[in-house]
Amino acid sequence: MNASHSYWQLFYAVYSKDLTLAFRQRAEIVNPLLFFLIVITLFPLAIGPEPALLARMAPGIIWVAALLSTMLGLDKVFRDDFNDGSLEQLIASAYPLPLTVLAKVLAHWTITGLPMVLMAPVFALLMNLDTQLLTATLLTLLIGTPLLSFIGAIGAALTVGLQKGGILMSLLVLPLYIPVLIFATSAIDTSSMSLAYGGQLAILGAMLAVAAVMAPLAISSALKVSVS
Amino acid sequence: MLEIKSVTCVKQERCLFESLSFALDAGQIMQVEGPNGAGKTSLLRIIAGFANADEGEVIFQGHSITQCYDDFAAELLFIGHKTGVNGQLTAYENVCYWLDVHGYERATNIYDILAKLGLVGLEDVPVRTLSAGQQRRVALARLWLNNAKVWILDEPFTALDKRGVVMLQQQFAQQLSRGGAILLTTHQDLTAHFSALKKVVLEYRH
Repeated sequence: MNASHSYWQLFYAVYSKDLTLAFRQRAEIVNPLLFFLIVITLFPLAIGPEPALLARMAPGIIWVAALLSTMLGLDKVFRDDFNDGSLEQLIASAYPLPLTVLAKVLAHWTITGLPMVLMAPVFALLMNLDTQLLTATLLTLLIGTPLLSFIGAIGAALTVGLQKGGILMSLLVLPLYIPVLIFATSAIDTSSMSLAYGGQLAILGAMLAVAAVMAPLAISSALKVSVS
Repeated sequence: MLEIKSVTCVKQERCLFESLSFALDAGQIMQVEGPNGAGKTSLLRIIAGFANADEGEVIFQGHSITQCYDDFAAELLFIGHKTGVNGQLTAYENVCYWLDVHGYERATNIYDILAKLGLVGLEDVPVRTLSAGQQRRVALARLWLNNAKVWILDEPFTALDKRGVVMLQQQFAQQLSRGGAILLTTHQDLTAHFSALKKVVLEYRH
């Protein structure tokens, strides 16, 4: 192991590999986004195109759609590396596994979470969302989607050794998403009443900070169990 | 350098091996032999630290690997049945990625080594389009690009042609001459002569 090689280089190698792979198989980026769009467009068809009703429901719908689309890509985070043996190579590296895991989770967020945050204003137009609510929705998505990636990756790491772990993973992970959903929608509700919603955002931020520190450790342990 | 102390492995209520002990010193090559299902891969995975032994321990330079796994991992090169080569990436990208995550500098002669392994002109196509033997060669390129003390190789000759087998054994000799150790499983006998060859034979137990 060479001393001049820093942790940053490891982080960059893992992160850029996942992004390169995602760009080679565009479906990985496009599919969750299309799913997100379709779920959102189905709602006006189902409940009727009444602008006031849609605007009232929009934040909740966008958030639930975001939860579900995040789940789509989660199974892939460790699956390919597990199948081709890269995961063993990462474990048998002198570098700390949690750092590698952090890079992989952030890559997942860049591929699925970030495009959703960027596209949310467009989708909000479909739902007749006003600017004030849109700002609140965007802020909660910006803090909330990385949190979804961190929590979800724990479930993905636990089920990667199973042949059909996808459904089990959803059952494990979705209940853990409930606190995120509660605080995010509560922030948006508060903003609809023109009140300060900094408190809810702060709690989401605190959850993200804890997840960013603790989740990589949990994921590393789960991966070691899955590989053995 | 590496010491295996009374290691026992039980899988699905079948005891694969019991109280297995041996030592591997610098400059030695050890071949694990045994029929299919005898537990060769399980043994290698325990020694590499991926699985835990039901009893016993693996000692690397005087310390149990469960206690100082990072120190062991820094000196370990493991290539298993699943080689860790990504089919979507090219041969060159795969080699570079492996070097990056193991903390080796990107050597300037990566293309030379790939050429030596018979991958001329195939460095920049996705690995999944290559043959099984060529894919294995991409993984084996690591053997020319590391300074790990311990090599653990599970069936390294799988899918390789005769020339590949000869070339690999020359590289084994290189590793032994610079004081490294090799632990491998293989069904065919090594064709080259190694004076420091030791063997462990696992029986199939019912």
